[in-house]
Amino acid sequence: MSTINLAVNGQSVSGEVEPRTLLVEFLREQLRLTGTHVGCDTSQCGACVVMVDGKSVKSCTMLAVMADGCDVTTIEGLAEGTELHPMQQAFMDNHGLQCGFCTPGMVMSGLDIVNRHGNELDADTVRRELNGNICRCTGYQNIVKAIRAGARAMGD
Amino acid sequence: MYEFSYHRPASVAEAAELIANAADGKLVAGGQTLLPTMKHRLASPSDVIDLGGIAEMSGIVVNGNIVTVGAMTTHAEVAASSEIREAIPALAALAGNIGDPAVRNRGTLGGSIANNDPAADYPAAVIALGATVRTNRREIAGEDFFTAMFETALEEDEIIVAVDFPRPDAASYMKFENPASRYAIVGVFVARTAAGPRAAVTGATACAHRAWRLEEALQADFSASALDDFEAPVDKMNADIHAGAEYRAHLVKVMAQRAVAACA
Repeated sequence: MSTINLAVNGQSVSGEVEPRTLLVEFLREQLRLTGTHVGCDTSQCGACVVMVDGKSVKSCTMLAVMADGCDVTTIEGLAEGTELHPMQQAFMDNHGLQCGFCTPGMVMSGLDIVNRHGNELDADTVRRELNGNICRCTGYQNIVKAIRAGARAMGD
Repeated sequence: MYEFSYHRPASVAEAAELIANAADGKLVAGGQTLLPTMKHRLASPSDVIDLGGIAEMSGIVVNGNIVTVGAMTTHAEVAASSEIREAIPALAALAGNIGDPAVRNRGTLGGSIANNDPAADYPAAVIALGATVRTNRREIAGEDFFTAMFETALEEDEIIVAVDFPRPDAASYMKFENPASRYAIVGVFVARTAAGPRAAVTGATACAHRAWRLEEALQADFSASALDDFEAPVDKMNADIHAGAEYRAHLVKVMAQRAVAACA
């Protein structure tokens, strides 16, 4: 077992993990932060996207030990109390989800897109940048709308 | 995933010692190939040596006409580097189109070329740009580095430290990508250099290779039309569910022509 110390959603946490424990397993099973989902488990679907030191990663394809000393943000770290983060609110307002399984990853990837491309996003940029996040319900129209709206709201 | 011991060295020397002493050790860079492979139990190393904590292996330095990229530099860092976008924009564009954004935040240059997936993008750039792979033991010419499918010139326990890319006069990489994985069904990297045209093809055959016949065809006339009569050898092409051999041979020509046209 290895001891890891990291910050998750702004709080210091430590844990005992096997080296083979995936970051997503640590988040879900030890910290009980089950908002981060495991969809494909093969780094294709993006349901497990979290931020590690401010950059989006697929937490099913990173070992928990690799996150030792890192600053991790999950979907649970976005809202301020009962007030949703603007990107979350935009998904709600724009009907950016149906079953909701892919949504945590979509929101996290949306934030990563804003970090790299700013608050004014065209639809083509969003679609291209979302190529690592798969949704089987929506056909993406409203996800793209939601991310554009969320990006704008974050700039307000 | 089977159990393993995990190590996180702080220097190349320490990593070399760890891998030399491991029963069946594996170096991990970004882990975007190795971890899925271990999950599928296609690899079960006794020891995993994580190169992520080695500062000397990461970063981008431009010195005159040489762009040096540390082996642990991520695809996202190469894609976003203003220095690389200025010196070798085709290399930045290539890195920015590997996988997806989250994969690019973890995947590295060194990991990609050490793995030598037959459909990987970076090998084409390393060969076509005449890059030099620097390891903890020696320097290896880019065109000698990729030896067979998932095989390289690296010796047991040898560690890639950085790659030196000479700045070309012009270069472009065009790939016909698998829309799901973004791996190259066929990718062609062409460069116009002071020493003449250079080209490399990935995805089409067992591993990326220097495309001598493309270079010959471009020698007198570096233009897309100079390749009008070019025919890639069908019998050497990969064939799988994504594309047959004849189709791949056709794509070599089309991607090469597009890449040459983009150099203009």
